[in-house]
Amino acid sequence: MSKTSEKLPGDPNTTGHSWDGIEEFDNPMPRWWLWTFYVTIIWGVIYTIMYPAWPLVQSATAGVLGWSSRELVQEEMVAFQEANAPWNAKLVETSLEDISKDPELQQFAVNSGGAVFRTWCAQCHGSGAQGAPGFPNLLDDAWLWGGTLEDIEFTIAHGIRNEESDDARYSEMPAFGELLEKEEITQVVQYVMSLTNAQTDDAAAQAGKVVFEDNCAACHGEDGTGDVFQGAPNLTDAIWLYGGSEEALTQTVTYSRFGVMPAWENRLTEAQIRAVTAYVHQLGGGQ
Amino acid sequence: MSNYIKLIVLGLIVVFAAIGTNYARDLAYQVHAILVMLIAGGLFIWTLRNTDEPDILVDHSAEYMDGVIRYGVIATAFWGVIGFIAGTFIAFQLAFPALNFEWAQGYLNFGRLRPLHTSAVIFAFGGNALIATSFYVVQRTSAARLWGGNLAWFVFWGYQLFIVLAATGYVLGGTQSKEYAEPEWYVDLWLTIVWVAYLAVFLGTVIKRKEPHIYVANWFYLAFIVTVAMLHVVNNLTIPVSIWGSKSVIVWSGVQDAMIQWWYGHNAVGFFLTAGFLGMMYYFIPKQAERPVFSYKLSIIHFWALIFLYIWAGPHHLHYTALPDWASTLGMVFSVVLWMPSWGGMINGLMTLSGAWDKLRTDPIIRMMVISVGFYGMSTFEGPMMSIRAVNSLSHYTDWTIGHVHSGALGWNGMITFGALYYLVPVLWKRERLYSLQMVSWHFWLATIGIVLYAASMWVTGIMEGLMWREVDANGFLVNSFADTVAAKFPMYVVRALGGVMFVAGAVIMCYNLWMTVRKAPAKEASLSVAVPAE
Repeated sequence: MSKTSEKLPGDPNTTGHSWDGIEEFDNPMPRWWLWTFYVTIIWGVIYTIMYPAWPLVQSATAGVLGWSSRELVQEEMVAFQEANAPWNAKLVETSLEDISKDPELQQFAVNSGGAVFRTWCAQCHGSGAQGAPGFPNLLDDAWLWGGTLEDIEFTIAHGIRNEESDDARYSEMPAFGELLEKEEITQVVQYVMSLTNAQTDDAAAQAGKVVFEDNCAACHGEDGTGDVFQGAPNLTDAIWLYGGSEEALTQTVTYSRFGVMPAWENRLTEAQIRAVTAYVHQLGGGQ
Repeated sequence: MSNYIKLIVLGLIVVFAAIGTNYARDLAYQVHAILVMLIAGGLFIWTLRNTDEPDILVDHSAEYMDGVIRYGVIATAFWGVIGFIAGTFIAFQLAFPALNFEWAQGYLNFGRLRPLHTSAVIFAFGGNALIATSFYVVQRTSAARLWGGNLAWFVFWGYQLFIVLAATGYVLGGTQSKEYAEPEWYVDLWLTIVWVAYLAVFLGTVIKRKEPHIYVANWFYLAFIVTVAMLHVVNNLTIPVSIWGSKSVIVWSGVQDAMIQWWYGHNAVGFFLTAGFLGMMYYFIPKQAERPVFSYKLSIIHFWALIFLYIWAGPHHLHYTALPDWASTLGMVFSVVLWMPSWGGMINGLMTLSGAWDKLRTDPIIRMMVISVGFYGMSTFEGPMMSIRAVNSLSHYTDWTIGHVHSGALGWNGMITFGALYYLVPVLWKRERLYSLQMVSWHFWLATIGIVLYAASMWVTGIMEGLMWREVDANGFLVNSFADTVAAKFPMYVVRALGGVMFVAGAVIMCYNLWMTVRKAPAKEASLSVAVPAE
């Protein structure tokens, strides 16, 4: 037979039913349980009178406290916007160079710009602006499109190689896989590696110098130091956006790269763009 | 005669599935069509070979139908281990993103495996546990054999097919993207058929019971089956783009869609993981403790209060969203009022042990059931607390929610199921006792420490990231980037994953113990499977 409920001396009465040996005591509900249940019900009724709660035909009861989640967040945002308004106005009026001459304004710009950066820029450039493969490090002094305050502001406002802004910075390296022989690509890669004193095949590098002068020097310069007016990277500083290994460079020369940055002029306010410009400029590499 | 009808139906399914395979518009649908074609084809041949064979009639009507429950017990343990391993693996994926292997992108990355884990543990492990135990409990407490003959077998195998279709669908990209309701339209339709059959078997057995009253466990099981049917149908009202493709479009839109999704989602917790498992608790705890249930009055009041209140609590998943404030208030108020009705089950479970507390020292199965009820009490306090708007504004979208769910799922659902399996296996396979009580003890401690590591680490990261997200400086500027909060969580992610490893290890020990019980434990002589009313 299956197990049945055992009884002990002093047990209360059962209800008299038994299912597969299970019985039930006729105990009352614990008082503390019942009273807590009542209290939560009473609290619930009061709460629904105080706050918006009961749906009617076209609307709902608004609650005697007049509480509204949307209004609360609106109030909080407006309060900060009003408090920051004079600073933002000053940020727009002051020339970019002069912002850092006013320590308080510079502090505000860095705080505001830092928040903008962490919200909109950190996804690609990293929350510490350290960059990632394909996304430039903004802490060093190597700038693709220039590192002065004006250069940075322009890049942020219009972006790079996007279709949103007519003034987006634009340049395009050809995919040399269609223009050069495989051997020539190997040679020019060896030459580019030799510019940063990497281990190379000297003979190939010598041959690559000719290929470089014929095909690359127009943008990257005779000496390979690049040109910020065309966004052509400096190839002699051992800073590589897509990697400096033989494999990565061969990929870059063969297929080219096409990094894109959005234009922020229509998404951020002018004060925010100037603030994030000041923030990026003071990270370490600003010129 | 019925075999000829079966052959016609199976033949039509094979033909339809073959056409589906040919015209399939996406990979998930094609694989499923092939699967259905093979299964229906196999059944066709099997039916054909048995047609016109002489019937061997044995009258089983005086015995309980335990074969399907034995299969259910095996399926529960099997899917449990699969689901726990999947969960542990994705926990490591979150800590070490390199585990989203490049070669498996689009199949085994976190986004594909996460629904696989949730569905495997809730529907495959939890669902099989509920079906198997409800079939066991309803027969014993009604003193009647399952109604509907082989319909119970259809429910079992039909449900396994649902699980396989759902799981393979997720990996291959067939998903509605509705949390806990990811399976696409044809899988939903199949589950609806299986579920109606389940309701018929359960209700039929209750109706033909030989006991004058319906036992409380059966109230909970029935509430679970009926409500889940309603939730499933309403939340999955979709229009397929093509009958030859898996994609479908939901009929609800915007905030209504969100509200129906969370009405479904919260009641999946309320009725699947709470009401159903309370049914389990109400049978196995008094059985294992060998004591009467503490209070009949409490069970009536907390049953009806729970059923009435739970269904309104869904909006607390949508605080501070497009949902109107009034709906959000109601969701929160019903959730808080739900606190005591939830605790009624805990009190009835724990107090049933009064007079038998000494068994905690000697019986690790009772210990498992007690800690399960303890975790139930803890998470049904935490839940109403987190539904309060002020708390929710900190906890929402953070890992705190994940910790809350897992203290309920691992602690309450997991532990009560383990307890039920340890009770059922010796009974169903007619064994004197379990193979090893010491292994049950090991399982108990591994699982308990695993859950504590899991829940504690998620509280820490959840509250930390909630505070980091809302941190602003004196000018109202955000202080942290999202990536900063992710990086800060790393150590706790490792702790959580280790907790998962411990939980899996416990479950593997349980499977070995149950296997050895069937293989090696001494047999019991008296038959337990004769249907006789107790009084």
